[in-house]
Amino acid sequence: MTGVENKFAELKKAGKKGLIIYITAGIPDADSTVQLVLEAEKAGADMVELGIPFSDPMADGPVIQKASYDAIQKGMNLHRVLDIVREIRKKSQIPLVGMGYINIMLNYGFAKLAQDAKEAGLDGFIIPDVPHEESGELKKACRDNNLHLVEFVTPGTTDQRIGETCSTADGFIYCVSINGVTGVRKIDYSPINRVISHVKKQTATPCAVGFGIGTPEAAVEAAAEADAVIVGSAVVKNILEGADQEAMKLIASMRQALDNSYHK
Amino acid sequence: MTVENKKGRFGKFGGQYVPEIVMPVLNQLEEAYEKYRRDPEFLKDLRKYYVEYAGRPTLLYYADKLTKYYGGAKIYLKREDLLHTGAHKINNALGQALLAQRMGKKQVIAETGAGQHGVATATVAALFGMKCKVFMGAVDIERQKLNVFRMKLLGAEVVPVTTGTGTLKDATSEAIRYWAAHIDDTHYIIGSAVGPHPYPTMVRDFQSVIGQEIRQQIQQETGGRLDYMIACVGGGSNAIGTFYEFKDDAQIKKFGVEAAGRGPAIGDNAQTLSNPNSRPGVLHGAYSYLAQDEDGQVIEVYSISAGLDYPGVGPEHSMFHEQGVVEYVGINDKEALDAFQLLCRTEGIIPAVESSHALAYLEKLMPSTKPEEVVVVTLSGRGDKDVQQVAKVLGEEI
Ligand SMILES: Cc1ncc(COP(=O)(O)O)c(C=O)c1O
Repeated sequence: MTGVENKFAELKKAGKKGLIIYITAGIPDADSTVQLVLEAEKAGADMVELGIPFSDPMADGPVIQKASYDAIQKGMNLHRVLDIVREIRKKSQIPLVGMGYINIMLNYGFAKLAQDAKEAGLDGFIIPDVPHEESGELKKACRDNNLHLVEFVTPGTTDQRIGETCSTADGFIYCVSINGVTGVRKIDYSPINRVISHVKKQTATPCAVGFGIGTPEAAVEAAAEADAVIVGSAVVKNILEGADQEAMKLIASMRQALDNSYHK
Repeated sequence: MTVENKKGRFGKFGGQYVPEIVMPVLNQLEEAYEKYRRDPEFLKDLRKYYVEYAGRPTLLYYADKLTKYYGGAKIYLKREDLLHTGAHKINNALGQALLAQRMGKKQVIAETGAGQHGVATATVAALFGMKCKVFMGAVDIERQKLNVFRMKLLGAEVVPVTTGTGTLKDATSEAIRYWAAHIDDTHYIIGSAVGPHPYPTMVRDFQSVIGQEIRQQIQQETGGRLDYMIACVGGGSNAIGTFYEFKDDAQIKKFGVEAAGRGPAIGDNAQTLSNPNSRPGVLHGAYSYLAQDEDGQVIEVYSISAGLDYPGVGPEHSMFHEQGVVEYVGINDKEALDAFQLLCRTEGIIPAVESSHALAYLEKLMPSTKPEEVVVVTLSGRGDKDVQQVAKVLGEEI
């Protein structure tokens, strides 16, 4: 079993919902990213998505766009993200997945990337601009190295596509809460919840809901059908403002709210 | 990269590298386009707007003075500059707006750099009674105030994009983001032969009327003799529209002219295919040649011409480049400005600065041509929009 699979099995056994935190690598710098991940784990994160900055992040809203832009200006790149992973692995076994765009991966070379990522201690990748039609070669490189390549569903994903995704998904399925980009806002979670209950009938692969979640209340609402929630912009906004402690307080409050509402 | 998904590929280039949110709407668009591209009613309608609204066919003009100036092959200009709104962009905007209307969309959106595609989209939106939003980099809004006001007059909302570098590539990303959030009622009219499948094919088809007319007109003018074709390449829509009809005519030499800006250094030009430093990558949904740095970050490119100032290029051009179907070359700012002024003075035609890059290639090509040979240059647009900028560069107060 991979770190991701172990974590979801553990959560299930404990009757808990998972909390996945997204942090853009390199803001304000690499050392801080290592610290932030370790603190996020202490504050109650079950898994961390490390954002690999790209100049043209098509699926991201203003906060993560700004974080990516700043990180690139400071020299962050995929090699350095893997260094960050190595540093984290000296101190923690928290599941870590890299989130980035295909051009960065392509530039590095899929086969080499999968090997280097595995060696560094990454558990998988989330690549929002690769629908499953285009994922074959990368997916194979990941599988060969026992890494996950996470797949997506959205409120608009057709039944046929849901079927295709369920048949190949591993690690977890990223359930995008709304048609749009990342960023905190008020969201009606019922459309994605309907998709998730549909997904659950076809696969045992866990579901994590992301996009828009900014408060403990929203986390609780978003977690209704899913196995975990993903929180990004709300945390990154605090980090961009230098308010790391606020970010950690937010994570802790979400942890508590999820446990209060769902922990049996 | 190996290709498993053959759909929308030009050799190994192209594809659909977009977020899952956008996939259903791309599939819907592909289905609609496959249906209507064969629908006689749709094609009749499109033809009608091309003729009665846009002003097609455009002239194939024999440039006698320019021919005498060079003293080589006969030079013909394909006058897309005479179209309504002043550039070839209207061919594509009309086609996509008609398709959007058939699909029941209430709103169209577009990205724009210089503003030409934005104006074309705002124009067709006004014509068809659709809402229109145009995404434009904040830097470009400052550079192209006249076109911004034009779009407003036509009833469009111009949305400033301040993220990233505040230029065309960021405006394109923002248009895609907005589209992802409004897929039900909105169609995205992409402005060049770029983006995810089916856009490169669809835009090429709507622009292919340029080459098809050239085929007929050159038959009348020279009995079909044609030796060279030249078109400028930003994203590559006027060039693909010019060349596609002739792709199998190997005896005709075709030149795609990219902007060599102020020099070969990274970030000083907008060359993707004629640049030894560029290599394929993925931007805005397609795998194609791309100006990028060592880490795979997309470079902010430069050209005097806002319409050529794009770090990517249409995937079919990448294939033509590798197959040698078209030769891609660079023309710098100064060469383009010289050609701009030359056409003004010899023929009394003010060309767009983009098109001036194609014209400038005559300087390199003509010495090796013979009087019995024939060259067609696609004049993709008129230069009214550029007059102010050219004055500034030439140090004239207006
Ligand atoms: C007059 C003119 N020519 C050429 C271009 C470049 O676009 P493309 O390469 O798609 O023809 C533009 C783009 O704005 C333009 O306005």
